[in-house]
Amino acid sequence: MPVLSADLCLSRGDFTLDVALSVAPGEVLALLGPNGAGKSSALRALAGLIPLTGGHVRLDGDDHTRTPVERRPIGMVFQDYLLFQHMSALDNVAFGPRCQGLSKADARARAAALLDHMDLAGYARSRPRDLSGGQAQRVALARALAVRPRLLLLDEPMAALDVGTRDHVRGRLRHLLEEFDGATVLVTHDPLDAMVLADRIAVIENGRVVQQGPPAEVARRPRTPYVARLVGLNLFHGRAEGTVVTLSGGARVEVHEAYDGPALVAFPPRAVALYPERPRGGPRNVWPLEVDGVERFGDQVRVRLTGPLDLAADISPAALAELGLARGGTVWAGVKAAEVECYPG
Amino acid sequence: MNRSGSRSGSATHGVMRVGSGRPPWPLILPALVGVAFLVLPLVGLVVRAPWPDMGRRITEPEVLAALWLSLSTATVSTVLCLVFGVPLAWLLARTEFPGRRFVRALVTVPLVIPPVVGGVALLLVLGRNGLVGRYLDAWFGLTIPFTSLAVVLAQVFVAMPFLVISVEGALRGADRRYEEAAATLGAGRVTVFARVTLPMVLPGVGAGAILCWARALGEFGATITFAGNFPGTTQTMPLAVYMALQSDPEAAIVLSLVLLLVSLAVLATLREKWVNA
Repeated sequence: MPVLSADLCLSRGDFTLDVALSVAPGEVLALLGPNGAGKSSALRALAGLIPLTGGHVRLDGDDHTRTPVERRPIGMVFQDYLLFQHMSALDNVAFGPRCQGLSKADARARAAALLDHMDLAGYARSRPRDLSGGQAQRVALARALAVRPRLLLLDEPMAALDVGTRDHVRGRLRHLLEEFDGATVLVTHDPLDAMVLADRIAVIENGRVVQQGPPAEVARRPRTPYVARLVGLNLFHGRAEGTVVTLSGGARVEVHEAYDGPALVAFPPRAVALYPERPRGGPRNVWPLEVDGVERFGDQVRVRLTGPLDLAADISPAALAELGLARGGTVWAGVKAAEVECYPG
Repeated sequence: MNRSGSRSGSATHGVMRVGSGRPPWPLILPALVGVAFLVLPLVGLVVRAPWPDMGRRITEPEVLAALWLSLSTATVSTVLCLVFGVPLAWLLARTEFPGRRFVRALVTVPLVIPPVVGGVALLLVLGRNGLVGRYLDAWFGLTIPFTSLAVVLAQVFVAMPFLVISVEGALRGADRRYEEAAATLGAGRVTVFARVTLPMVLPGVGAGAILCWARALGEFGATITFAGNFPGTTQTMPLAVYMALQSDPEAAIVLSLVLLLVSLAVLATLREKWVNA
């Protein structure tokens, strides 16, 4: 039985949210989506910070739809951590247990054990403003876990950190989340956070879940242009007949697995090769396209092409120089059928 | 010649200022007049004080009684303002109820009405034949006017709006997400207020309490109307100053100086502790 099963319906002005979620014990679900998609609203609704206009929230089978925030079995890590500035790290973590009725000594003992577990024993007396971003995040996590929640909610847990420390802190957070046996829901707009931290990703756009699955599948088979852009793939809608997919713009793409019906076609920009003239005996998919723009992308160059289909190609700077590409010029783009992923649309 | 020489020198060797140069006279002149107007009277007090027999005059029993009455009533008033004003400010800042804006406007009325009018109003409500006072008298034998309690009530009446406005402003400026964080940790609204909200707005509460105390210490109009002018029970320092001015102007100067020093000392210490914390 899932720990969390929720159907969240919210409407505010023009915006409506309608999201159904289910999270198993020990599972981490990431809500991934652009700003304003409704993912933070979903998280706040799970916490009880904003009321639902419909639907339900169930935890371990008990209905908590109308339970006030302070009586829900939840722990929440906020975007800027929101540690109480006038309390030490220890008292921040002991705050929840105190509210649950533990004696001061018991609450502090529980808090000290948690801080110790998170390698923060030496910072128990520190004020929040003296902690680094990563330390503050762990204190916030300890504070949320100190109430022994069944549902752990994390709102953009990496957003307040310097880019330089993110990789390290993210790995550590992943490790700590793995130990939690309840349900975890985290909200992020960064696909890397979602890929590393979550067991399952639900992509939310315009208040709806548009795609849900394990990170590897979301990364390989995006279902919307937004997800495709996040995971860096070229994505097209079309109709498959055998191993040929006819795209909505009219172009034809050959794929290696046969399928019939509405389909999605995806391939990475680095699988695209560019030729000055129509290649002979090269890849099976070739299209003459117009250069729309050229930009730096890591140690590669990303060439944006437009024509019967719009796509991005990553080539080396040397190849760019050889091709002598400029905006408005024409070039042939080729992709091997084996590089193209085709799946039901 | 000399002048222009030194100017070009400073331009080449010194810091080259970018901006519009010295502040304009139309602003400087009135500002200087303003400063002089605020400071000169204080200078006058210090210059005209009868310094040789200062020690004797300050320790006169009547002076000490008035000083003690002023300090104690202003302090009690401030405590009462805190007890009732902080929850009132919370209500105005954190809840929505019908007529909230109207209540907020009413609360600030004592700021704008003349204190004497406030004293008359208090007399009409709490006087022996007043709306509430007659029952206090009939049921409990309690008569408020012309007692030290009346002094305190008059001060609370004029001073509480300062506290309410200051604390309400602090509450509106405080980040409410901390209160949400406390709620997710299982804190009820009273716990959230006591352990999270109040510590966050403490500087605002401190500043409000200082304003409140200073206003109570200087209270004159409502006090003399509602509490009268009885040495030892209702004659506070401002009243004593006014009375002394009629008979013994030097005594008035001494009393004024004492009042000035006491307020400055208290404000300086508390400001250090609360406002710059």
